[in-house]
Amino acid sequence: MSAIVEFSRVGYAVEREGGPVTVLRDFSLTVSAGETLVLLGRSGSGKTTALKLVNRLLIPSSGEILVEGRSTAAWDPIRLRRRIGYAIQETGLFPHFTVAQNIGLVPRLEGWDAERIRARIDELLDRVGLPPAEFAGRYPRELSGGQRQRVGVARALAADPPLLLFDEPFGALDPVTRVELQRQFLALRRSFQKTAIFVTHDVREALLLATRIGLLRNGHLEMLATPSEFVNAEGEEARAFLACLDWKMETDGFRSA
Amino acid sequence: MDSGLRSELIALTLQHLKLVGIALLIAAVISIPVGILLTRQAPLRRWVIGFANILQTIPSLALFGFLIPVPIIGGIGPRTAIVALILYALLPILRNTLVGILGIDPAVRESAVAMGMTGRQVLWQVELPLAARTILAGLRIATVTTIGTATIAAAIGGGGLGVFIFRGISSVDTTQILAGAIPAALIALAADEGMGWIERKLPPV
Repeated sequence: MSAIVEFSRVGYAVEREGGPVTVLRDFSLTVSAGETLVLLGRSGSGKTTALKLVNRLLIPSSGEILVEGRSTAAWDPIRLRRRIGYAIQETGLFPHFTVAQNIGLVPRLEGWDAERIRARIDELLDRVGLPPAEFAGRYPRELSGGQRQRVGVARALAADPPLLLFDEPFGALDPVTRVELQRQFLALRRSFQKTAIFVTHDVREALLLATRIGLLRNGHLEMLATPSEFVNAEGEEARAFLACLDWKMETDGFRSA
Repeated sequence: MDSGLRSELIALTLQHLKLVGIALLIAAVISIPVGILLTRQAPLRRWVIGFANILQTIPSLALFGFLIPVPIIGGIGPRTAIVALILYALLPILRNTLVGILGIDPAVRESAVAMGMTGRQVLWQVELPLAARTILAGLRIATVTTIGTATIAAAIGGGGLGVFIFRGISSVDTTQILAGAIPAALIALAADEGMGWIERKLPPV
């Protein structure tokens, strides 16, 4: 399998009062075609930073990130970003655009003709479970949180980018909607065969969606493992995350007793 | 009302509207682009806003007076008055342009960039449409205050409805004062209503 994204000894620091603060250090990682790499970590572990380095929303302080074999510094940022779908927790949907306009944004920027854009919008709305006739003309404020996230995911997929970046896209949803969207994500992955980097702090979500999990702690990649390796991991931080699962099991046991 | 007063009223009203119109147009052409520029230049922002704030605090009659001896833009007449009115209109438009653009949800701007929009596309398709209401509100404030302030233009020979007011004051003639003050107030109210209507017509965001 070929490498789509390669982090090579990446460091990232921000200037704060009292000197630079390291957010990410000596971060190396390869993401292969077709896999879903989940970056798991606590708040402030550097996972979102790692994601934003891929589509050059941030520039690394040291090291480099290769996307399709080329350093992000060498890519034209506009071309690079149009090849990468991006969905975030706050959705970032344009409030003055309808659902259809939001989804059709990148295809329009890419100069698709109107008929093709319309067909693509309908296809994607169907895929994320929002009937086009009902939803295409609505504005984001007329949608529920879960519906907004679906539109956000559809927008990320719109121009058929080979790589997807997801930053806790389901983080703000109620648990039921969250599970629905996770299932949908798995279904979409099967049908679209995309490479994805997915950021979350939810270990359950990581185990469910990942082909591999990268565990981050204080800006450092602590471990890289498949979900089945991860559940047996001995490391302190991995245990800490797995303990969240135990707690849920205890609750289940409590209920059935 | 005798016909002499009526024709003078019409002439001075038109003059007043011209002063206000030209001043607002130039103020908008300066303030909106500068405001956009300042959203990208955080360090400069404080200085420019501070300067515009100081301009705003100068008593208007004094500002008109200060400008008279200034070469090129100064002197007696409508040109000096227009310059003074521009200086007053700058701040509300500038401030609202800044507030409107800087107030946009950072996630929206970040998404726009992440979707591969160019800087120009982000500005024209995202920032300006989303800031339009706030910018228009700034123009509205500037318009209403400029219509009132423009009555002082008459003090430096700039014409407008202030001519009636100053004449009325010097001859202790209330009718003359009202002949200037009432139309000025009506124009301000009409402009406020009209721009409020446009504001409501803009898509809510």
